[in-house]
Amino acid sequence: MPIEKINTIVSRAVPIPIEEIDTDQIIPARFLKATDKIGFGDNLFRDWRYDNNNQPIPSFPLNDAKYTGSILVGGKNFGCGSSREHAAWAIADYGFRVVVSSFFADIFKNNVLNNGVLPVQISESFLSEIFREIEHNNEAEFKLDLPNQTFTIISSGKSESFDINPYKKDCLLNGFDDIDYLINKLPEIEEFEKTRK
Amino acid sequence: MGKTLFDKIWDSHVVSEISDGPSILYIDRQFIHEVTSPQAFSGLENRGRKVFRPDQITATADHNIPTENQHLPIKEQLSALQVEKLKDNSTRHGITYYGLGDVYNGIVHVVGPELGYTQPGMTIVCGDSHTSTHGAFGSVAFGVGTSEVEMVFASQCVLQPKPKKMRIIINGELGKGVTSKDLILYVLSQLTASGATGYFIEFAGSAIRNMTMEARMTVCNMSIELGARGGMIAPDQTTFEYVKGRKYAPQGADFDAAVEKWKELYSDDDAVFDKEYTFESADITPMVTYGTNPGLGMKIADSIPSVSSIEPSSQETFKKALKYMNFEENQQLLGKEIDWVFIGSCTNGRIEDFRLVASILKGRTKAPHINTYVVPGSYLVAQQIKEEGIDKILEEAGVELREPGCSSCLAMNDDKVPPGKYCVATSNRNFEGRQGPGSRTILASPLTAAAAIITGKITDPREFL
Repeated sequence: MPIEKINTIVSRAVPIPIEEIDTDQIIPARFLKATDKIGFGDNLFRDWRYDNNNQPIPSFPLNDAKYTGSILVGGKNFGCGSSREHAAWAIADYGFRVVVSSFFADIFKNNVLNNGVLPVQISESFLSEIFREIEHNNEAEFKLDLPNQTFTIISSGKSESFDINPYKKDCLLNGFDDIDYLINKLPEIEEFEKTRK
Repeated sequence: MGKTLFDKIWDSHVVSEISDGPSILYIDRQFIHEVTSPQAFSGLENRGRKVFRPDQITATADHNIPTENQHLPIKEQLSALQVEKLKDNSTRHGITYYGLGDVYNGIVHVVGPELGYTQPGMTIVCGDSHTSTHGAFGSVAFGVGTSEVEMVFASQCVLQPKPKKMRIIINGELGKGVTSKDLILYVLSQLTASGATGYFIEFAGSAIRNMTMEARMTVCNMSIELGARGGMIAPDQTTFEYVKGRKYAPQGADFDAAVEKWKELYSDDDAVFDKEYTFESADITPMVTYGTNPGLGMKIADSIPSVSSIEPSSQETFKKALKYMNFEENQQLLGKEIDWVFIGSCTNGRIEDFRLVASILKGRTKAPHINTYVVPGSYLVAQQIKEEGIDKILEEAGVELREPGCSSCLAMNDDKVPPGKYCVATSNRNFEGRQGPGSRTILASPLTAAAAIITGKITDPREFL
């Protein structure tokens, strides 16, 4: 079952300049009771987005109309804590295709990649520059170029390259999914099992 | 060049490697629970497939269940549905399922070891970050997302890049009243919540060697809080004795043969780690956290650091954490009044933890204003609590013992801490809202939690020992 492809994306960005954003903030545990993958975007950052009376908190970037786009920018150690893939589903369901930070937690990184969302890890200084750019001009646009593995601030042309495992890059460019890949490898896996008996 | 413990196990489980990509890693055992498995089952079925190796998968309901009246149907509809789905999916695919009320039900990371599923040298995954717990037996165990749960359903393998290797050595012997929980909270306070991201940790040194299996599980459990992919400890006589005779462990001559193999599971003298840290037990005291990630902890008698001592780029996040907790920089927490105490979870919900709690509660009574959630990690733990008379000690102290489950560690059920209230918790995460919206969590050892039950305040447990 193919995942959604990514190639190049030009978009505005939504900034959340906070470090150590854990997956409990991205999607609180009480919203993990669903048994399908849809609708999690409604509760993305629920407790930062809404107050105790379920009223939107206007200062939170997702509620601030001046911020929009398919790129989410967060502080370092983004996605730490619980392994819940619901965090990746919430981010994808809300409409983000790219998450930019200076540092991602390991499980989160795998989870977003498995859902057609690209984690772009850049330097601490470039991240600060991106936050400054959005603060200065909330309509600033950014370009994600997966084939060339670069992320660019369009107004200044300032660009940084990012790492991605070539296999995963191929998956995202072509919409391949790991589970199909493994199913094709079943004969090899059965051979491996025999050697361990 | 020699191999690390991690290399030995990982390398022997690689089916093949994708050039410039991840490895196809064979998984010996997958544990599943109700929250992170339903979408994996439906994904698999949408592909028209069955579970490839159901005998190597074990299911238990734990995250989303009430901790009282488990003999009755679950009241909350969505939770009931999730648990029902786990049962149906497991039955349909031939997977062993331990449901509510089953003598072997409990928190997945408590049940796995106590039934002998968890053994040295294995690869183990579960859709839960605290799968690192099983590394205490010298296995490569790590948490995965639901897509990876589905990969294992489909192929008994996951695609994983090989992590880097870190060794953390703790020398010396822990002092009186200082537990393995304090040790790992201390390491967290030194290395931060992202100090081991990208690494798999091996814990070593005399402090680790002297620990029981329960204590080792607490250490490995929280390696994920350092950001690590997992944590592990080389198996030794303590490990073999724990595993021996357990339901799903090899028996008789098979066990002896297994031990001979397990004895080869250690890091060679000339093995190279990408990073190494050494700590001294003498520097560790009872610990508490003051912030909203487990790395923000301190010795119980210390003061919260000043904002200016924090790296400038992290100051805003630090101030946000203190604001959420309603603490000030430089504040001392000893004597701080608290409202709730939670004892349990996959970190500290085992029999040894309840023995520690009982050692302080015996002959004392709960502070009147304190509310508690005291929750065994499994039915077997609950049974042992009764056999050892710990239930009587709790009752005499005015503390209610609940039924097993994850409970207030993530508060998916009703075991919530009200907004603004402080809870001293033996669990693993103090994130904002972790124990219910607005709740304020202070992580500590079972001893420190028990002391807080008596005094109603943050208290050095050594006063009671």
